[in-house]
Amino acid sequence: MAEKTVTKLHREPLFHIVKRDDMVWWKAWGIRAITIVVSIFVMVFISSLLTGKGMIQTFEIMYRGVFGRIETGSFKMLFKYFEEVAILLCLALALTPAFKMKFWNCGAEGQALMGGLGAMVCMIELEGKLPLAVLIPIIAVVSIICGAVWGVIPAIFKAFFDTNETLFTLMMNYIATQIIAYYVYIKGGGSNVIQPVEAGIAPSTGNAHYFINAGIVAVLTLVVYIYLKYSKHGYEISVVGESQNTARYIGINVKKVIIRTMLISGAVCGIAGMLIVSGIDHSIRTASVGGQGFTAIMMAWLGQCNPFITLIMTAIIVFLNTGAGKVADSCHLNSAFADIFVGIVILCVVGCEFFIKYSVKIRGARKGNKE
Amino acid sequence: MTKQPAIELKNITKRFGAKVIANNNVSLTAYHGEVLSILGENGSGKTTLMNMISGIYFPDEGQIFVNGKEAVIASPKDAFGFKIGMIHQHFKLVDVFSAAENIVLGIDGGKYNLKKSTEEIKKISEQYGFDLDPEKKIYSMSVSEKQTVEIIKVLYRGADILILDEPTAVLTPQETAKLFDVLRKMRDDGKCIIIITHKLHEVLSLSDRVSVLRKGEYVGTVNTAETSESELTEMMVGKKIDLNIERSDPKDPQDRLVVKDLDCINRDGVAVLDSISFTARSGEILGIAGIAGSGQRELLEAIAGLQHISQGDILYNDPKSGKTENLRDKTPVQIRDLGVRLSFVPEDRLGMGLVANMDIVDNMMLRSYSKGRSAFLERKAPKDLAMKIIKDLEVVTPGASTPVRRLSGGNVQKVLVGREIAASPTVLMVAYPVRGLDINSSYMIYNLLNEQKEKGVAIIFVGEDLDVLLELCDRIMVIGSGKITGIEDARTVTKEQIGLLMTKTGEEE
Repeated sequence: MAEKTVTKLHREPLFHIVKRDDMVWWKAWGIRAITIVVSIFVMVFISSLLTGKGMIQTFEIMYRGVFGRIETGSFKMLFKYFEEVAILLCLALALTPAFKMKFWNCGAEGQALMGGLGAMVCMIELEGKLPLAVLIPIIAVVSIICGAVWGVIPAIFKAFFDTNETLFTLMMNYIATQIIAYYVYIKGGGSNVIQPVEAGIAPSTGNAHYFINAGIVAVLTLVVYIYLKYSKHGYEISVVGESQNTARYIGINVKKVIIRTMLISGAVCGIAGMLIVSGIDHSIRTASVGGQGFTAIMMAWLGQCNPFITLIMTAIIVFLNTGAGKVADSCHLNSAFADIFVGIVILCVVGCEFFIKYSVKIRGARKGNKE
Repeated sequence: MTKQPAIELKNITKRFGAKVIANNNVSLTAYHGEVLSILGENGSGKTTLMNMISGIYFPDEGQIFVNGKEAVIASPKDAFGFKIGMIHQHFKLVDVFSAAENIVLGIDGGKYNLKKSTEEIKKISEQYGFDLDPEKKIYSMSVSEKQTVEIIKVLYRGADILILDEPTAVLTPQETAKLFDVLRKMRDDGKCIIIITHKLHEVLSLSDRVSVLRKGEYVGTVNTAETSESELTEMMVGKKIDLNIERSDPKDPQDRLVVKDLDCINRDGVAVLDSISFTARSGEILGIAGIAGSGQRELLEAIAGLQHISQGDILYNDPKSGKTENLRDKTPVQIRDLGVRLSFVPEDRLGMGLVANMDIVDNMMLRSYSKGRSAFLERKAPKDLAMKIIKDLEVVTPGASTPVRRLSGGNVQKVLVGREIAASPTVLMVAYPVRGLDINSSYMIYNLLNEQKEKGVAIIFVGEDLDVLLELCDRIMVIGSGKITGIEDARTVTKEQIGLLMTKTGEEE
């Protein structure tokens, strides 16, 4: 044998990435929870650096900004918070079946706007002509149909021509916005604003609409959960989402499932639009949904197709968004601060998925180290 | 002449994650001028070990010596620096490039001179007896030609240690013989050849020594001349195994499925099946042999109602009613509604037969979930079925609610075959049912098929291992380029005859 050369060549890479085995569920959720808490602390720390206020004080501003003074018996802010959560959750719930099918519906904004438009048309045209008991079901049916139609168009194209659903649903948003703009232009006269109408599924004043909106969405959460987990439709959605080949093999009509699921997704978006237009605003404008259709994409994704996790995520994000907005307001920061705040927290949560799936090993640490 | 060690591995360990130990404390030596076989079942860590020599993985522990010196091989480029070249199971070639272009691709330094390179390639071809046209494009090549390109690619880069990962998996018997001749010539030229395989007869016919791995552990090395098939199997599996497959004579065979003049055209307008006619009889196993991609998949999918048929008929004779149904242009659901009990174990187990992310219970439901009028799922019966299959087929799993992707290949296949058999089929189609399975699981599948045969099921078995087809089946149908090139009696036909039939139409075109 040749002479022994004892030159140790340390050319092993500095670190390498190793795929983990499946993590125990509580550990994975622990990591996610810690990520959220830590990223919030970091962002609060950064805001206190920017504003000169202490961290506790910043937390207080956020808390007060969201919940107001509950201890004095004023629940209005709390109710408002629930309602905001409800609307965003409703949109996220709408996306959940589609996402489970791996159909990336980015059109919640447009589908909700169209649902809202349906409600608005009914409210304006039928106000005073029909009793409320008749009008409300009509509003509901029309807005559900409007949302469903807007959702099913990309699905039909996807099913029969294999178009890209992400772009298609996204573009449908802009068409919806323009239709709303046109409608407002016609109905609003010169002012380009539609004056609120009295009729609707809930009165715009008082506290009733908070409960109605939150109640409807609470029921919806349960319905979507049961639909996905225990119904045959839900099972078909999972199979199509996981493997279209398997779906074909066992004789599921993939086209039918895509179209049916998007009808449902669009319909629930339509409900969200109805809640906004006919439950809260009693009017419509192009910004009625206010970008929540896009935030909902993130919420549905973070919820991992489980409506209850989506609920928790939505509650956290709405809290942060409102709270950070208040911090920006009261400390004269740019209004984009809230978006940055929430954006970074979401980014951290998404990023932590990497560490749940993989672990990073540093050079030299391998010997003697059990991990 | 004492042989010089080319590669020495000392106490190599490689882990994936915390639980999976792919290689544990493996030490072995390969010499110049010899063919060393690395033998082991699927999942025994053969490929992982070789990947560490060729720089794709880095060992967690242990040392590699090349020509007596310790070597750190951190990338495939390093491996080439040590004159090590690996030919992978799945070829890594650019389809639209010619052979010569693929061979010179990615070589650093020197001027790009295709003419000069072509000359060199021709020289290498002549030296070892390869048959290759350097100007031929990859897309117009057969599998064996592509493999030749891969081998010349590493030789061109000056490799004198060659590692071949399951090189014969995709070859016909004739092509295999040719490859072995070439490899012997290289060995006589002083090169070190390492081949990874799980086929015993290849080991015995080609190699000088055999190193056996079992479940990541190094079992031992023996001289080929001093060993036998049964000894090697024992080393591989850890216990004695009877390698004979039972074959009973078909009882009262009746025509169950008659396929007549079947034509199929795929999406690109290429004819994938061309006037296929055959009959599958009850109580009989009909084997289908052929080079991969000759239309086997399309044929089974056409029968199962998954592939559009442009011409021809698929006639099913119902054993109960005696009626004949034409399955042509029927969807899987319609076929099921006709009362045709057709089970199908597809080639792509996790991508077609099962849903990888679903648990065993939900996978059991795939066939039966739509039964009944309720809008909700009924999970009781599938759960019982899952428990029964886990128990009867000895599926190794933490439980019925484990996603099937976490099971090993053999257990995945048991779940799939178990489900398909549970539907008590009259026709059972299986595509490559033992691919990637260890010996024990393979024999369990053969036994299950034989049981079904006894029950009078008509079985269609698409296989790749000709030895198995010859031992298990009653008749063998050979397909080449979408045409039937022969239907032979499996008890009398030889492997070579089947091999010739496999390439028959391919060469005519």
